[in-house]
Amino acid sequence: MKTLIKNGHLVDPKNKIDEPMDLLLENGKVAKVGKKLAEKTDREIDAQGKIVCPGLIDMHVHFRQPGYEYKETIETGMRAAVKGGFTGVCPMANTNPVADSRSDMEFMTGEARRLKLIHVWPVGAVTLKHEGKELTEFGELKKGGAIALSDDGRPITDSNIMRRALEYAKKFDLPILVHCQDEGLFCGGCMNEGFVSTKLGLLGIPSESESVEVARDIQLADLTGGRLHFCHISSRRSLEIIRAAKQGGSRVTVETCPHYFHLTDEAVLHYNTYAKMNPPLRTQADVEAVKRALADGTIDVIATDHAPHSENEKNAEFDQAPFGIIGLETSLSLTLRLVEEKILTMTELVRKMSTAPAEILKTGRGHLAEGAPADVTVFDPSLAWTVEKDKIESKSKNTPFMGWKMKGRATDVFCEGRQVLKAGEILKDES
Amino acid sequence: MNAPAGETHWTRKDLLSIEELSREEIELLLQTAESFKEVSAREVKKVPALRGKTIANLFFEPSTRTRTSFEVAAKRLSADIINFSSSGSSTSKGESLSDTAKNIEAMNVDTIVMRHSSSGAAEYLARQVKAGVVNAGDGIHEHPTQGLLDIFTMKERKKKIEGLRVCLVGDILHSRVARSNIWGLKKLGAKVTVCGPPTLIPSSIERLGVEVSYDLDRVIGEQDVLNILRIQLERQKGAFFPSIREYAAEYGISNERIKKARPDVIVMHPGPINRGVELSSEVADGPQSVILDQVTNGVAVRMAVLFHTTMAER
Repeated sequence: MKTLIKNGHLVDPKNKIDEPMDLLLENGKVAKVGKKLAEKTDREIDAQGKIVCPGLIDMHVHFRQPGYEYKETIETGMRAAVKGGFTGVCPMANTNPVADSRSDMEFMTGEARRLKLIHVWPVGAVTLKHEGKELTEFGELKKGGAIALSDDGRPITDSNIMRRALEYAKKFDLPILVHCQDEGLFCGGCMNEGFVSTKLGLLGIPSESESVEVARDIQLADLTGGRLHFCHISSRRSLEIIRAAKQGGSRVTVETCPHYFHLTDEAVLHYNTYAKMNPPLRTQADVEAVKRALADGTIDVIATDHAPHSENEKNAEFDQAPFGIIGLETSLSLTLRLVEEKILTMTELVRKMSTAPAEILKTGRGHLAEGAPADVTVFDPSLAWTVEKDKIESKSKNTPFMGWKMKGRATDVFCEGRQVLKAGEILKDES
Repeated sequence: MNAPAGETHWTRKDLLSIEELSREEIELLLQTAESFKEVSAREVKKVPALRGKTIANLFFEPSTRTRTSFEVAAKRLSADIINFSSSGSSTSKGESLSDTAKNIEAMNVDTIVMRHSSSGAAEYLARQVKAGVVNAGDGIHEHPTQGLLDIFTMKERKKKIEGLRVCLVGDILHSRVARSNIWGLKKLGAKVTVCGPPTLIPSSIERLGVEVSYDLDRVIGEQDVLNILRIQLERQKGAFFPSIREYAAEYGISNERIKKARPDVIVMHPGPINRGVELSSEVADGPQSVILDQVTNGVAVRMAVLFHTTMAER
């Protein structure tokens, strides 16, 4: 099957392309990149006015299967990802049971193979049952398909366990994705500590709960030479520490999520459980700091921390509701706003949503040189749409962006040359 | 019915917080309370103002005085009142708060009075039901009727709130009484100081327009009113202070410390008192104490709140 994507504007940061260019896909690979390709093909996609880029990768999602299928399944999660323009996702291990064995990894990769939509690269647990006490078998996890390791959702409180995990993971060349949270400072809080938490009478989580552990983990990464990636960084102080460390030569990588550059803790007013996530939404100063860190490259990756919860769970007293919001279907549009605000160039957007995660995860993807896997996202940066409950593909609808007017959306997505999204509609099992 | 010129017309079916009230609304409630206070002094302590109305006390936290006070208030207005108590959060019981409340509402209850351990529970409930909702304390957020009865008592003793110097003493961080006092007093023009250990002063509280002090001895002499908050004895486990003994030494109103206050100071406490901790017995029972007046006034204030919210349009 030959596919020609023509008249589009190709953005490929790794190969330094940011210009009108056609793309020929054949046998699951990029066959040709060039101006005005005139090939006889089975299928042509007219990408006039659209951006063509390497397939977007979300290295931080929660697909809830097994254990919480009422929130999301691997299938519904993948469909939401396709709709959002992603060709690869990394589901975290906090399922029930916790994904801490080779067979758990094989279950996820098996489901992905069976459903044949996009890449699912599972993240294995660092410690058994996410208890932070005993290491999992990293080698076995990798054989089962683990692309990285994380106890996300919970911090690794014991510094020695963290140290050993970073050291031991070097043997298997696996990055450790850390959820930074000092448990003592977290102290049962449910939103950012500040004026808003004082007014609402909700127990606050100081931003130092994050940054204290960021400082520890940078030192452990330096000590061990292990591969450390910071999940969902939300605070100004954390970013200052990371920026200084990177300048000093620390080789850590960093992600943030769209809610941390669009919303503040004011979104929690009136006890809005759809604005409850962990780490919590912080202040305007933190939002500005996240934007600065995106612009200057301190932040490498934009992920979503897609965390589905049912309506019943979120429709509760604020302190009783679970942490987390969905993000796969709104991430690209929300990040495009940064391009509009001139905080990011289109190249930087693609780098943070595709090239950088591909490099951190060593997938060999995230670019579109001839011979590269044909994972391609085509999006219309000016397509207007509104976030509406009954149009959300994810099984859960817990987003603080409900009703927002968005601009920009994926129209066509190819995974290894198979078209999985066509004019905004999901295609299944083209083979 | 048209409101007389210059008077506020009450429209709320809910009383969720003092933050949401205007100065005029607070004044209207205080005024109504004043006229209802006289009912409790009659031989026949009853008026037919809410005859045929049904009020439900929905208490998810143990409480004797607040629940009883609402019950007495409802009865003096001739409303029927039902009590529903359940300890622990609704989720631990397996039924959601929304379901519990809708079940009670289905019995055609006009107003639900709720005490709940989660901040925001009253606002949440008001979004779920058509009945009126009166917040009888939600987590550490607000306790509006306590705030109102405190202000009513201050006004009764000191004649006006404007310019009054009020100091809230103790655990400000975990106090819904403190938040309701601050909002109400600031709206009426009082000068408010919060005083307690630095660990129990919430973040950015000064943005509510209050002075912050850690040193009671330094500020006690300037106050017209000392409103002493209850200290929960288990707070020492959260490293908020090392011992009850040291807390009492630094922030308790002892026989010696009260001498530093103005002679006409009034001492308040929402109860129940830990005698010998927040207040010495001599101070609690002494001439400056208005603690039992607060309890008496509580009934009048709750009559006013139940009257206005229950009669408001649904």
